[in-house]
Amino acid sequence: MTFDVKKQTPNIIVWVILLTLPLWIEHAGSYIQLGTQVVVMALGAMALNFLLGYTGVLSFGHAAYFGLGAYGAGLTLRYLAPSTGSAVVVGVIAGMVAAAVIGPLIVRLRGVYFAMVTIAFGQVFYFVAFRWNAVTGGDDGLTNWKRQPLHFGPVTFDIQSNATNFYFFVLAIFALAVAVMAFLLRSPFGRTLIAIRENERRTRFMGINVNLHIWLSWMISCTFMALAGTLYALLNNFVDPRALFWTQSGTFVIICVMGGMRSFWGPLVGAAIFVWLQDYLSSLTPNWQSFVGLVFVAVVLFFPRGVLGILRRRALE
Amino acid sequence: MTQLLLLAVINGLIVGAFYALMAIGLSLIMSLSDVINFAHGGFLAVGAYLAYSMAPYLGFWGGLIVAPILTALLGLLVERFLISRVYGRDPLYSLLLTFGLAFIFEDVTRYIWGAQSLPYQVPGWLMAPLSLDLFFLTGYRVFMIALIVLVVGALFWVMTRTRLGLRIRAGTLDLETVSVLGVNVRVLRNLNFGIGIFLAGLAGVLAAGQLGLTPTIGSSLIMQSFVAIIIGGLGSLTGTLLGGLLIGLAMNVTAVFLPSATEAVIYVMMALVLLVRPQGLLGEEGRF
Amino acid sequence: MTNDGNSVRFDRRTLLKAGAALGALPLAAPFVQVARAADTIKIGVDNPLTGTYAALGKNEATGMAMAVDEINAKGGILGRKVELAIEDSTSGDAGVAVQKARKLIDRDQVSFIIGNINSALAQAIANVANEKGVIHVVPGGHTDSITGQNCHWNVFRVCNTTQTEANAVAGSVIKSAGKKWYYLTPDYAFGHTLQAGMEAAAAKLGGTKVGADLTPLGTTDFSSYLIKAQAANPDAIIILQQGDDGVNVLKQAVQFGLDKKFHLAGAQLELEVLLGLPPEARVGTWVFECYWNQPNVPGLKEFVAETRKRSGGHVPTARTWFGYASIHTCALAAAQANSLDAVKMAKALQGFKLPPEIALMPDGAYYRAGQNQLIPNLYVGHPQAQGKDDPEDLFVVDQVVKGDDVSPTLEETMCKQDWPA
Repeated sequence: MTFDVKKQTPNIIVWVILLTLPLWIEHAGSYIQLGTQVVVMALGAMALNFLLGYTGVLSFGHAAYFGLGAYGAGLTLRYLAPSTGSAVVVGVIAGMVAAAVIGPLIVRLRGVYFAMVTIAFGQVFYFVAFRWNAVTGGDDGLTNWKRQPLHFGPVTFDIQSNATNFYFFVLAIFALAVAVMAFLLRSPFGRTLIAIRENERRTRFMGINVNLHIWLSWMISCTFMALAGTLYALLNNFVDPRALFWTQSGTFVIICVMGGMRSFWGPLVGAAIFVWLQDYLSSLTPNWQSFVGLVFVAVVLFFPRGVLGILRRRALE
Repeated sequence: MTQLLLLAVINGLIVGAFYALMAIGLSLIMSLSDVINFAHGGFLAVGAYLAYSMAPYLGFWGGLIVAPILTALLGLLVERFLISRVYGRDPLYSLLLTFGLAFIFEDVTRYIWGAQSLPYQVPGWLMAPLSLDLFFLTGYRVFMIALIVLVVGALFWVMTRTRLGLRIRAGTLDLETVSVLGVNVRVLRNLNFGIGIFLAGLAGVLAAGQLGLTPTIGSSLIMQSFVAIIIGGLGSLTGTLLGGLLIGLAMNVTAVFLPSATEAVIYVMMALVLLVRPQGLLGEEGRF
Repeated sequence: MTNDGNSVRFDRRTLLKAGAALGALPLAAPFVQVARAADTIKIGVDNPLTGTYAALGKNEATGMAMAVDEINAKGGILGRKVELAIEDSTSGDAGVAVQKARKLIDRDQVSFIIGNINSALAQAIANVANEKGVIHVVPGGHTDSITGQNCHWNVFRVCNTTQTEANAVAGSVIKSAGKKWYYLTPDYAFGHTLQAGMEAAAAKLGGTKVGADLTPLGTTDFSSYLIKAQAANPDAIIILQQGDDGVNVLKQAVQFGLDKKFHLAGAQLELEVLLGLPPEARVGTWVFECYWNQPNVPGLKEFVAETRKRSGGHVPTARTWFGYASIHTCALAAAQANSLDAVKMAKALQGFKLPPEIALMPDGAYYRAGQNQLIPNLYVGHPQAQGKDDPEDLFVVDQVVKGDDVSPTLEETMCKQDWPA
């Protein structure tokens, strides 16, 4: 395999920026937690984009799996074991199992209807977290737990009190997850998903079980979403039901579209813009909601291909 | 216990009728234009606030008529200049557009009318309960049900007896053919959107009589409407009506036996319906 | 029905330019902030500006701004000007509140942090502030644990605990209504502890619970709960909902004529709720934490006049005072300790009595040592449908209660402070 510099340029840029982030973020007037949040949201958005951008299926209920991951991690640390590693594993499994069960119920649906049903299913988890006070802490959220330092034999990596270490921990998981997703998308399986997106009927006529593929794609997407959720919980040392609310799903969708759904790194770019913009605007004006709303409208009407979509188009021209 | 259950059933139907009013508006728009209008709750709030602002000049009755009409006009403008631009594109874009509009609506109503909850008064003689046993059957709620029956009845009449209604129903089934037959689809969708928003505005005025008037008054009602549509079956107004009544009933009966599941029960119902009859109770097979 | 490509591209380009111009602003912003940081003292505010608690948040913000102007007019804190760094915590998203707290502390280098109206968010912010060792003042989140089980050496609270409010009102409700109570309780920390407090206070006086329902925050239709409540045939329906929920439940209870069959009462009631209710629904027996129309309280008239000037003629609510007292607490702590060191300031506030022009209470107010909880007066009374001389004079104070008489003892609060070694 040869190393094609031109093809690898975007990847190199992305990794250089992400790896050096702790060095420059404070000089850019921001703070490290915001950088961590960008990476977490980017992972979630990239997970959603696996389904949205590469399979062409519109889910508007992914926050449920984000939240399941978050609660899985939080509950593990609170009740089961003071171990960050097991928290992540439990959170991911929770999201995966839920997605596997719900998948068959919804894979027959398409378009707006699919979106609506995913929202509604997400709400079930929301209300469970919201009303099951004894376990989840209800509306007040799940508190009294903290992410734990990582132990590798005799070596301890302190991600608990050191924000920069935690950033690199999140980045490492992000790298791993992104690599797996990229590998899947390049495989024949990934090609099939794109074929479904481009023309479902033709793909079906080729003898491919479309619903099974959508179900698998849905499950993979939700699993990585849950992974992002576990990291979100660890970032805040806190989970509350808002992480599962349907408006959170809308945030992930707009991040994908803003950055560019058809580009692998699009959601990362979208996450960087959205997280920073929201953080900046909400410090600036109490009417930030209007501006966020205007961003939605502007993206839909003027930048439907997202930032990377526009850049790519310009490069082609 | 049986008496409590009976009261819960009657009350559930009243609450359900209100959900149905909102859901029917959403369902109209969704069927003809393939747009989930997340801003529906925002329009509802606008209708309520307009009625509040007009009350000193037009009184309750004037506001009840004029506010929904003004809301519908706003709806026509929003459809014409924003939502119509995403027709024919991936449904994703209409979702995001109305989602963004919902943010803007909430914030702008807060900017204009303030975050402080406002008292909206209905005529005093409507306020009292009609009987001691059915104390929750206030004059206002009976009036609300009568009005909903009237409006939904009128809507069904429009849909089955007038040319506009026939075209909307035909367009719901096959928009392309309707267009080829010379119907101006653009105008059709515009008017249809207006009707849907009129219902939202009306629901807003009615809600303001029972609830405190705040910018978030509509946002908490939209999810119930979605569920009503899915349960009843998309494309069927009767189904949506039925769906609304059913979830009102389910929520109220659950509140008696298992209060903590009051909100979740309608989603469980929805999952069951999807399992047994994916197109919804009265939905047509093969639409999705 | 697609747009023709040209017009879209034109629009997009214009928008891009506008976006680039906007984008230049924030790049300049941080440097401006750094330049100012040296000679001012920053107080971070992490409180709701949007959502359910937006109205309360706005009133607290008015009080805070007033306090800042007063402090700066008298030379600031330790000779340095005071400046607020305000962030919207949202009304319910603790993730956002925590993130904003870190932003205020880490990036903006605030010396104090204020917030939150939502008890859960207040607790979440307190944990961050404790981790960072920054003085945190909670203006208006009432749940007991903040200055109880989960108390911290650096966390101070202006508003009362739910147990204090319950103790203040329970006797009046039993006297005017009877002993059998049905509770309608909002399903979050504040509601849970308020109901527990009411039950405990009622039990001491022979009151009993005949039923209870938890209603989730944001409930609009209370009819099913009201039907259950009336079926239990209590003497009083105890309504513990606040804000928009409180407006909705009271409005519906009165429409159903329940105020004529039973006594409607509760613990905490706020002027904001009364203003949102139609006149006929302004009923019951309640506690106010601060009321603007009180005789013989030094400084109160001036406070009311100044608030009216700042809020378009509206009177101060308890929230305005919470915000006002919170900011003054910060300034007083620094002055008392003659230092910005958090531990020294926290020590200086132990048992500290607020000056009368800030306390605005007949019997004054002080921070109880070992718990960091402000102990003020409470006002038990009933609403009136219409104000006589002022449309916002909607509450009649029947009894001014001393905070010391109704506060749980230090042992009862279970607060164990975690001072740094």
